[in-house]
Amino acid sequence: MQVSSHQFKRKAAEALTNPQLHKAMSNLRMRMVAGRAESVLELDNFEDIREAAKQRRDFALANLDYLLEEFERNATARGAEVHWAETGEEVNRLVLDIARRNQVSKIIKSKSMLGEETGLNQFLEAAGIEVRETDLGEYIIQEAHETPSHIIAPAVHRTSEEIAQLFYEKHGLPRKTDIGEMTREARTILRPYFLSADMGISGANFLVAQTGTSMIVTNEGNGRMTTTLPRVHVAIAGIEKVLPTLEDVSFILRLLTRSATGQSISNYLTFTTGPKQLGDQDGPEQFHIIIVDAGRTRVLGSDLRAALRCIRCGACMNHCPVYQNIGGHPYGWVYPGPIGAVLTPAYVGLENALDLPNAATLCNQCGVVCPVKIPLPDLMRKLREKQVERGLRPWRERAGLKLWAWAATHPAVYVWITRIAARLGRWAGGPAGLIRNLPGGSNWTDERDLPSPEGKIFRDLYAVRGKRRA
Amino acid sequence: MRARDNILGKIRAALGRSRPLTDTEAAPVRMALRQNRRGPLPTMTWELVPRFRERCLSLSSTVDEVASLELLPAAVKRYLASNNLPQGCVCWPQFAGLDWAGAGLAVQARPATGEDPVGVTGAYCAIAETGTLMLLSGAGTPLKNSLLPETHVAVVQASRIVRCIEDGWDLLRREHGTLPRQVAFISGPSRTADIEMTLVIGIHGPYRVHIILVGA
Repeated sequence: MQVSSHQFKRKAAEALTNPQLHKAMSNLRMRMVAGRAESVLELDNFEDIREAAKQRRDFALANLDYLLEEFERNATARGAEVHWAETGEEVNRLVLDIARRNQVSKIIKSKSMLGEETGLNQFLEAAGIEVRETDLGEYIIQEAHETPSHIIAPAVHRTSEEIAQLFYEKHGLPRKTDIGEMTREARTILRPYFLSADMGISGANFLVAQTGTSMIVTNEGNGRMTTTLPRVHVAIAGIEKVLPTLEDVSFILRLLTRSATGQSISNYLTFTTGPKQLGDQDGPEQFHIIIVDAGRTRVLGSDLRAALRCIRCGACMNHCPVYQNIGGHPYGWVYPGPIGAVLTPAYVGLENALDLPNAATLCNQCGVVCPVKIPLPDLMRKLREKQVERGLRPWRERAGLKLWAWAATHPAVYVWITRIAARLGRWAGGPAGLIRNLPGGSNWTDERDLPSPEGKIFRDLYAVRGKRRA
Repeated sequence: MRARDNILGKIRAALGRSRPLTDTEAAPVRMALRQNRRGPLPTMTWELVPRFRERCLSLSSTVDEVASLELLPAAVKRYLASNNLPQGCVCWPQFAGLDWAGAGLAVQARPATGEDPVGVTGAYCAIAETGTLMLLSGAGTPLKNSLLPETHVAVVQASRIVRCIEDGWDLLRREHGTLPRQVAFISGPSRTADIEMTLVIGIHGPYRVHIILVGA
């Protein structure tokens, strides 16, 4: 996907004044936040599971090469073909090769954020292959030519009226406004694609090293169809998705579905090992798994490694006061919210996403709800430090800080400057003691008044009061 | 192979070593792969069958009970009739010998197509913790029957209800040794909340999941 994170400020400002977006986003806030809070109470040892999940993910990352080789060995033994891709472009080329080799003209796709990273759909379509997203949210944004604004609810930024209009224009059927009827219409439209596609592409929530299994978590049933109906199935997975055993996946799933949607379990957990076997009544003839780096090894070797624990639940964005108000699009790439503020600079370059680590209040709601305890505010702070170290901050900010540092280390000068500033401030505040328009600080004073200083600096007051007391 | 070696090399470099794990270093991960150690489980003190039934209902499945398998056709007939559903279905071969015609149902034992309105399946086992069915792909167990029809009727032996998914894996390892092509855990009818976070039951998978417990 094209990176447009450098436009964060402009897009965020637009989002803040978009009433349709606010209407749509209020649903997310109410349902996802409350849903998670309720469902974690079902587990009397939620915090123990959370700590164990963090440790298990760290253990897997620390032994990643071993586990991936083990996965490859076991998947291959079961007849799957394992491929490796260093970059997004390599993923796209591998998928296209597999499609061409098998004379594929129609592909159905179950949701994959990695596919969004590599721009897989556009690449395949440019090569003349029809690709149909089948998750309802992904289908909506594919038809609207948009990008996802949330990792598990891709169309959350759209109101039902907007979607009704989209369906009316695209489907050529009588306009429906009832959400249930619209959903049924999408089923009717998509069913023929499921039944006629030559190839299915899915992501993977986890890879299981011990068994060579790839697994997905879905609610709609499109994931099951994608992995069962077409004659070729391709699963794409980042290197960080691997865990040692089925038991590891199973206990982490208790956290994943609750943190994501507040469900005790998602409708379908689908564990796939190899292609169709002798005698099987269904399943693909070929099963390919593409293991992808695309920036992940760089993160593994950095102080951002904890971000690779992420199990893509979306709780951090659901609970983020910034995300709740601007939605996902201003973040400008695949992953929005706090995890996006860390992963985007890590994957596409710090210089291409300067605003993201700063677009947070560091309130730590994300850190509190993260099921694998990623210290998101700490990671954002680290990225802010890196921006300063690499001289990526704007020259005015750098010059200002340098000036301040110099003054702060020269007390006589500091006193002199602050004395003048305090007096000027008092004068500017007038009798009301409020500064209505601060030169160079209009972003602040456009929305509210700045209380003016009293006119005397602390050191002078201290000197006077100290004398009195003595 | 170049990409593979490069990625593994970069992983090793990132982890601060220039080579694969030595035998000694790999001991903990080898042990993890051998042991199937469980993560911390929540407290589960409930009775299996009542818990399973209660969780199924909370997932918008419906539940019925029959004393023995011979009574299955009548139970299916009852369910289809009371919901105004078509009086015909496709089933797994293991149910082909039952007296469906006697119950007034037209039943074929074969994998479902996109046109079949009702699919009848068994279940490898069922999970009480979450009200979940565990189905395995295989010669006599077409997964399509639980996926393509609008109505999925699942027959569950009460004796095959286990506590949690981890118990399901143990059972599978004990009875089969290896994993089938696909293990599908099914928890109620398909659902989506992709439009305005409004829950809609029934999207690409079944609209209805009806569970018939045998011998509860």
